[in-house]
Amino acid sequence: MSSKADILNKIKQNQPAFITDLPDLNLLSSENADVLATYKTVLQNIGGDLVEVASYAEILDYIKKNYALEKRIITTISELSEIASLDWTSDDPHSLADVELNVIKAHFGVAENSALWVTDDVLGQRISPFIAQYLAIIVHKNDILATMHQAYERIGNQQYGFGTFIAGPSKTADIEQSLVLGAHGARGLIVFMLD
Amino acid sequence: MSSKKIIEHSQAATHFNKDVERVNWHDETLWFVREKRDKSAHQIPDWELLRETASQIKNNVLSNIHDYLIEFEANAQKNGIIVHWAADAKQHNEIVHSIMAKHDVKQMVKSKSMLTEECHLNDYLAEKGIEVIDSDLGEYIVQLRKEPPSHIVLPAIHLKKEDVSETFHEHLGTEKGNIDPQYLTESARLSLRNTFLTRKVALTGVNFAIAETGEIVVCTNEGNADMGAHLADVHIASMGFEKLIPERKHLGVFLRLLARSATGQPITTFSSHFKKPRDGKEIHIVIVDNGRSTQLGREDFRNSLKCIRCGACMNTCPVYRRSGGHSYHNAVAGPIGSILAPNLDMSKNADLPFASTLCGSCTNVCPVKIDIHDQLYKWRQVLVKEGHTPTSKTIAMNTMAKVLANPTIFNIAGKSGRFVMKNIPGLVNNKMNKWYDQREMPDVPEESFREWYKKNSREAKAKDNE
Repeated sequence: MSSKADILNKIKQNQPAFITDLPDLNLLSSENADVLATYKTVLQNIGGDLVEVASYAEILDYIKKNYALEKRIITTISELSEIASLDWTSDDPHSLADVELNVIKAHFGVAENSALWVTDDVLGQRISPFIAQYLAIIVHKNDILATMHQAYERIGNQQYGFGTFIAGPSKTADIEQSLVLGAHGARGLIVFMLD
Repeated sequence: MSSKKIIEHSQAATHFNKDVERVNWHDETLWFVREKRDKSAHQIPDWELLRETASQIKNNVLSNIHDYLIEFEANAQKNGIIVHWAADAKQHNEIVHSIMAKHDVKQMVKSKSMLTEECHLNDYLAEKGIEVIDSDLGEYIVQLRKEPPSHIVLPAIHLKKEDVSETFHEHLGTEKGNIDPQYLTESARLSLRNTFLTRKVALTGVNFAIAETGEIVVCTNEGNADMGAHLADVHIASMGFEKLIPERKHLGVFLRLLARSATGQPITTFSSHFKKPRDGKEIHIVIVDNGRSTQLGREDFRNSLKCIRCGACMNTCPVYRRSGGHSYHNAVAGPIGSILAPNLDMSKNADLPFASTLCGSCTNVCPVKIDIHDQLYKWRQVLVKEGHTPTSKTIAMNTMAKVLANPTIFNIAGKSGRFVMKNIPGLVNNKMNKWYDQREMPDVPEESFREWYKKNSREAKAKDNE
């Protein structure tokens, strides 16, 4: 407690005498003529894959064709119960270590960096998008915003315990700047863009 | 603070420069990152306005940080987060250890935190019998090699894949001579996955702390901070108090700037917002001063606290690129490290503000518009005034000032200089004279400009023609 008082006192003494104004964020442009095209290009550039789908049935088809169904697949989306389990959300998070694919739904995406916003209520468990070997995220076409400024306008006062922007698969370039996908989190990210 | 003897920057840089091929590679690799930054920045039409906006937000933070800290703590506590205050590195380390001790845990997994490097947390915990594993791949590599990180964003940028292969062969049993980055990364992934799954305490750094909501934001590409934090019972987040920003919406500005400035990516893979602990779990935030409040009171150097640790100033710095991060003997290297370090310890870090050409490239790329090269220059004045520079330099400077101030002495000095260089070159062209290091001197002129001008000026010629 005394440290706190000491630190705060010293800060009060040493900070500038006058408070400078905060800038107007509205001056920053949030325009983008074609958010969808930008989203797709950026996602591709950072190692993500985009699949356009018209329905959950198409997502089911795609997963059946492209993933080993005998491996563990989890989701928080009831429409996908045919190929993925839904009953893991109150398990010990360590028990998700063997998950091959996790399919979740994002609140929205951002065109300028292809990031997708997800929070506790769509994650099932906080660890789920990180611990799975592969990650698939569904986002509605009309939920793609231009920039991060619009993203935070949309988030506004949203209540969550945990939320994260996910942009592409986990990656590293720590060995001689060589890009490797699949550092500690998902090795691949598929974005299902839903009509 | 480590008690190891400090090797001055210029000396360490000389050593680094012995391997010419490697220095060239280091230089080019970092310049490549700088170019990626440019390409990425140029795609944002508002880039300069974005920098200006970020700078103004940070100015506001520094002018009101007392109140923002109180607001942040209250909101974090409302969210169920436990907040600690540490006046210095020692207190920070003791707080972290006390949390470990309370839970009777002897192992920690850590994601990148330059603050814990600044506080030498790993050494402290090792002495207490606690094992720390750094989980960022670059940090993991340098930790295995018992080296500090050489760059705040790219900790192992000084190493080649052959070095990493050797290290992993020794510690992880990877195939000898296999230098494939994919293979090496996969080996580390497997080993660290086991670490994440078995640690009860995870420590992370903090990129941004939001006063309005009491939440913290941690950015990684690897997902290592999240793998640690969401599997552990206790998440400890260490932050310098300058990480505060006023409102959540300000993240829009900083998250657009951070990764683009750092590596040229449009954003890091993960930008995780921790607001409340999971049910039954704990989040601790340790707010650290460690000299920051002193820096806040130095008007000329105050705005170094605006730094968001992107590393752009290092990637662009011609001195950093050709001397390597370790030559700065400070947790934060490069231009920004050189203006932060003297605040922590003037006598130990007196050499760092001189490790610059003052070219200003750092200032030009800084996403929050810190006047880095001006501050480097100003630190030099302070360090000389306070007697932290070598005596030989003071004598040389005083002599030079006298010579330059007096035309007669200047004349004599010039003449004798030219005479010596021409007739007894060995007297100046030797190892004692730094001006001859890696330089070839031009031919000695026959006369000085002043002598030439006396003969050739319009007046002199007019006189001749009379």
